Amino acid sequence: MNERIAYFLGFMALSVSLALGQTSPLRFPEKVEAGTAFSVPTTGSGTATVYIVGPGDVVRRKVQLGESLTFGPDDLHNAGHYVVFVEGSSTQNTQFEVAASHQPATLSFLAKPSRLSVNRPEGISGVAYVFDAFRNLVLQPASVSFELSDSTGKAQSRSATTRDGVAWVKMNSAAKAGPAQFQAAAGNVREKRVIQQVPGDPCAIRMTVRGAGKKERIALETEPVRDCNGNPVPDGTIVTFTQTYRGGQSTVDVPLKRGVARTEMPARNDAVISVAAGVVMGNEVHWSGGL
Amino acid sequence: MRIRSGIPKALMVSSPLLAAFLLFGDAKPSVRVAPMDSVGPRPVETQTQASVVRDYLKAWETLDGAMSQNRADLLDGYFVGIAKEKLTDTIHEQQQLGIETNYRGQSHDLHVVFYSPEGLSIQLTDNIEYDVDVRDHGKAVGTQHVRARYVAVLTPTESKWKVRVFQSGDRTNWQ
Repeated sequence: MNERIAYFLGFMALSVSLALGQTSPLRFPEKVEAGTAFSVPTTGSGTATVYIVGPGDVVRRKVQLGESLTFGPDDLHNAGHYVVFVEGSSTQNTQFEVAASHQPATLSFLAKPSRLSVNRPEGISGVAYVFDAFRNLVLQPASVSFELSDSTGKAQSRSATTRDGVAWVKMNSAAKAGPAQFQAAAGNVREKRVIQQVPGDPCAIRMTVRGAGKKERIALETEPVRDCNGNPVPDGTIVTFTQTYRGGQSTVDVPLKRGVARTEMPARNDAVISVAAGVVMGNEVHWSGGL
Repeated sequence: MRIRSGIPKALMVSSPLLAAFLLFGDAKPSVRVAPMDSVGPRPVETQTQASVVRDYLKAWETLDGAMSQNRADLLDGYFVGIAKEKLTDTIHEQQQLGIETNYRGQSHDLHVVFYSPEGLSIQLTDNIEYDVDVRDHGKAVGTQHVRARYVAVLTPTESKWKVRVFQSGDRTNWQ
């Protein structure tokens, strides 16, 4: 009885093998570009089920052996490594790759920081990941050009070649404050980011002191406060006036308004009045009295 | 250095002298990690090295669980963005077809190749070997052994690195 079963099973296995009619792997191309139609010839007779499996796609097809297995541009568009199983015929199993298209279609562009002070060497970084139309990372080297234009239109540009889909640069912030356009381009694809370049610390603060028109009061006023590149320091920046006199000291903090800080202090004989913003000192005035 | 994570016995090897595959039994992945001293443009701090490798390996473990159980929700822990969307689509395809896949017995050879200047993305390549096991409505279809080179981009989240780009690339670049 057992012999009969074994004979029957052996006969069935032989029949399946003959129906499939071949023992060599299906002839998939070793590599297919994403979004490309292609076909795979089959031989033999009868039908078989073909499975194409990868993390990016799963396909199951009934195939008439002897005819070609065809794939449209949208059937397998996720780049990756795929394994092919032919049901009942492990000898026909194979593997192939779907590669990203060489044509960039989108850029993932990270520009940092979004705000920084002027004149910072290599203060701005740009990182661009290049993707094809199916959001596959383009692993073939591609040229990416980076351009940083300041508010006057003056531009600095650099180019870099991607490695494993990524290119990066570092750029200097401009001497002129204002919004800068930071652009990355690969082929016909462009992405822009805005970098706000703000003035640096105040530079060479100068103040004048005069009588305030009221008895025993003096008026203090700075010249327009600028950074070392001539950019106006933003309104709201705190300027500190300090009056040092015999037996004491008084301090007034004043925010810049329209680029200038103004205040009044009591007039004291033999006082030294100084001005500062943060750690930057300005000039000193010796007030010897009299209005 | 041993990575204390959900990946059992995964090892991180930072010395070239020890740069050999370390095997730990049938179901455990073996892991080799190339030294990260020369990765740029941003230096990779020791803590970052360990957490990136740990989270990448956890992502593979998560992928296997999600694909074998057809549960896209499992991907949330370690995938984000394009990678998560594509893998989710694949799981939905599997669900519709009644197919389940296992990615098991992995060995990894990891090279961190890029750490962005501002620290917002890190890229690694992985020369990986694994077995793909396919079942159709519970019936075994077959198993194949795969060697592939994966490229992954990870980005930091609140508590861990997540895989944002996950793609196998050219086998001819196998290092």
